[in-house]
Amino acid sequence: MASRERAPKQELLAADGTPLKAALRRSQTVERRRAFMLVAPLLFFLLIVFVVPIIAMMWRSVYNPEIRNYLPQTAAALQDWEGQDVPPEPVFQAMAADMIVGVENRTIGRAAARINREIPGARSTVMRTARQVDEWSAPYREKFIEADEDWTNIEFWRILKRESRVVTPTYYLLAVDYEYSSEGEIVPRSEVYQVYKQLFWRTAWMSVFITALCVMLAYPISYMLATQPTRIANLLLILVLLPFWTSLLVRTSAWIVLLQQQGVINELLVALNIIDETGRLRMIYNRTGTIVAMTHILLPFMVLPLYSVMKTIPPSYLRAAKSLGAHPFRAWWRVYFPLTIPGLAAGCILVFILAIGYYITPALVGGDSGIFISNLIAQNMQGSSAQLKLAAALATILLVAVLFIYWLFNRLVGVDKLKFG
Amino acid sequence: MNDTSEPHVAPEPLAKTDGTQDEQQPMVLFEEVQKSYDGESLVVKNLNLSVAKGEFLTMLGPSGSGKTTCLMMVAGFEAATHGEIYLDGRPINSVPPHKRGIGMVFQNYALFPHMTIAENLAFPLQVRGVNKADAEKKVQRALDMVQMGEGGFHGRRPAQLSGGQQQRVALARALVFEPELVLMDEPLGALDKQLREHMQLEIKHIHESLGVTVIYVTHDQGEALTMSDRIAVFNDGVIQQLAPPEVLYEKPENAFVAQFIGENNTLHGKMRSVNDGIARVELTDGEHVQALAINAGPGERTQLSIRPERVEIDPDESVTDHTVTGRVEEVIYLGDHIRTRMTVAGNSDFVVKTRNRLGARRFKPGEKVRVGWATEDCRALDHSA
Repeated sequence: MASRERAPKQELLAADGTPLKAALRRSQTVERRRAFMLVAPLLFFLLIVFVVPIIAMMWRSVYNPEIRNYLPQTAAALQDWEGQDVPPEPVFQAMAADMIVGVENRTIGRAAARINREIPGARSTVMRTARQVDEWSAPYREKFIEADEDWTNIEFWRILKRESRVVTPTYYLLAVDYEYSSEGEIVPRSEVYQVYKQLFWRTAWMSVFITALCVMLAYPISYMLATQPTRIANLLLILVLLPFWTSLLVRTSAWIVLLQQQGVINELLVALNIIDETGRLRMIYNRTGTIVAMTHILLPFMVLPLYSVMKTIPPSYLRAAKSLGAHPFRAWWRVYFPLTIPGLAAGCILVFILAIGYYITPALVGGDSGIFISNLIAQNMQGSSAQLKLAAALATILLVAVLFIYWLFNRLVGVDKLKFG
Repeated sequence: MNDTSEPHVAPEPLAKTDGTQDEQQPMVLFEEVQKSYDGESLVVKNLNLSVAKGEFLTMLGPSGSGKTTCLMMVAGFEAATHGEIYLDGRPINSVPPHKRGIGMVFQNYALFPHMTIAENLAFPLQVRGVNKADAEKKVQRALDMVQMGEGGFHGRRPAQLSGGQQQRVALARALVFEPELVLMDEPLGALDKQLREHMQLEIKHIHESLGVTVIYVTHDQGEALTMSDRIAVFNDGVIQQLAPPEVLYEKPENAFVAQFIGENNTLHGKMRSVNDGIARVELTDGEHVQALAINAGPGERTQLSIRPERVEIDPDESVTDHTVTGRVEEVIYLGDHIRTRMTVAGNSDFVVKTRNRLGARRFKPGEKVRVGWATEDCRALDHSA
């Protein structure tokens, strides 16, 4: 870039008269192609297993095709309806036509099920009418109403109209504990159903807490690693990395053995008369369990970037600061600490982002009070298609939150300054 | 570089201490100082050294000789295993580094990379609670002193400066809080030869104008000779000789110093007799020469030390006391002088340096010549390996 600015106005020419830039580009083509070939397999792989699934997931979280697909004419006819009164004849006519097609293709049941999800009990209305509709002829409106009073229910039609949109925010509303009221307004869900907002909040603060714990534990140990002779440092580093090398399940079951109410720590405390039998501490299957186990697991991700940054800071900086008259703490704070910020920031972002999406540890040792949003995402993924969409919405919110944090972080610290190891 | 021919002189230079310094309290005093890192061997062996106020003392020696350890003990980054160090009469073994008030220039400058030049210089003032306006003035004065006061260096970071500029800033930072003692740990080691020579003079001038005491560590003997009032030559944890540069060069007291300082021709032989300080030495090829007996006695093997520029080829009888035979091996033309390498008494590395003056005779390899020197220029020293 800089060279372009400095280049003289008159274009330089290569020996054969072609512009120098073109010649340079041509001479580098082979090199560039080779570089691309090297990254191509990974690029292709990532596209297939990463980018495409994420896009599919995000699409799924807003995709709402059932009404539009199974009741296409009704959906079209409802577009002109104002929602004030029972719909006019054309809507019922469209509904009758859709029902006839639906019965033939055996899709009417799915449509009915989809409507039933919004209006409990609507399935039987739809199915009963659908069985009779092929015997009727226009005008349909009266015959529908005659067959079932529920067809005069304006709410039913409003919901049908609302759900005929192919793209819907319903699942996002659910994911943050809101829903559509029968009037079509966005209102908070009743309190018994409000779980997700609280879980997002809990996931966030517990991740921050775990990150903070990791900083407190990793900073001194990294400092020691960085200042020890290489041989000792390597040995210590292996100890720090040990969690990486043991299976997550083995480690987790070790935590269970240690922390459970009949576990090692409780037995020891009882034996030492620090607590009595009735006062055994609950340290697992709750928040404490999640925090302890996750801090342990994520600690290496904090140690490694910190260590690699600290290793590059010559000890003479601290000495210089002291020789210039700074108290050791002040020397550390003014000179050493600022220089470790790139590693600290890298470790924090790494641990926080890993923590916020962590699944297995909270699932195993979190109990009820220690689970994360990812556990509910997983739970929803095993449910009905509607739950799957809710899971997709929750996951998308998590993804966007992480990207936002990353962006914020980049603005504040600058990702290019980070050192990951 | 904004080199100028005239060194900057501070507005009110402290009077350089003169002959009265002997009665004064020494700035630094080592008393039977020993240092061991592993408990098995001593890096510094029983060091006694006194550095006068205003003196420029260089600790010179090969790596591992203990010179840097001594410096670090003064700075407070290493603790003496035994003995006491006094700073201006005060024992400082238990004083932490930040309370010693000693300026220090580190080998790789140790400028704080996240601070600007001005912030780096203001750091020692800040921690001393100097108010901002005064600090700014002092920073400016210190930068002026190292000729970096102009050119917009204040706001730059160390990485944006050249090695020489960083060196100047490091020097200014060590001086800005007006310490009485400045330690320098091979501060010029990372610079190229020309810049190094220039900085040597500059540091010397700054020392002269400020009157601070400087302890300077280097392994470069040229640097030591250029700058120092006195040089302590270290080897193996012991000061081999402590003397002003000219004494060190011309009157080395042992073979190590003779070899380490400057270029040196050695001839091996056996001391036959000593008479009135003049020794008769039988060289390995049987020839006899005279030499000053320094630290070898009659009957002992000895190593004669003669500086290459004190040797005359085909000398006048009036100049030299005796001559020996040499065979020319190689003639190297160096412009201002000519080096003639020859074999003398079995030593094929005997070098003679002659000024390239009009009519100077050039010799051819293989030629046999007589070489001679004055007895005072030839010192009979201990026979080191």
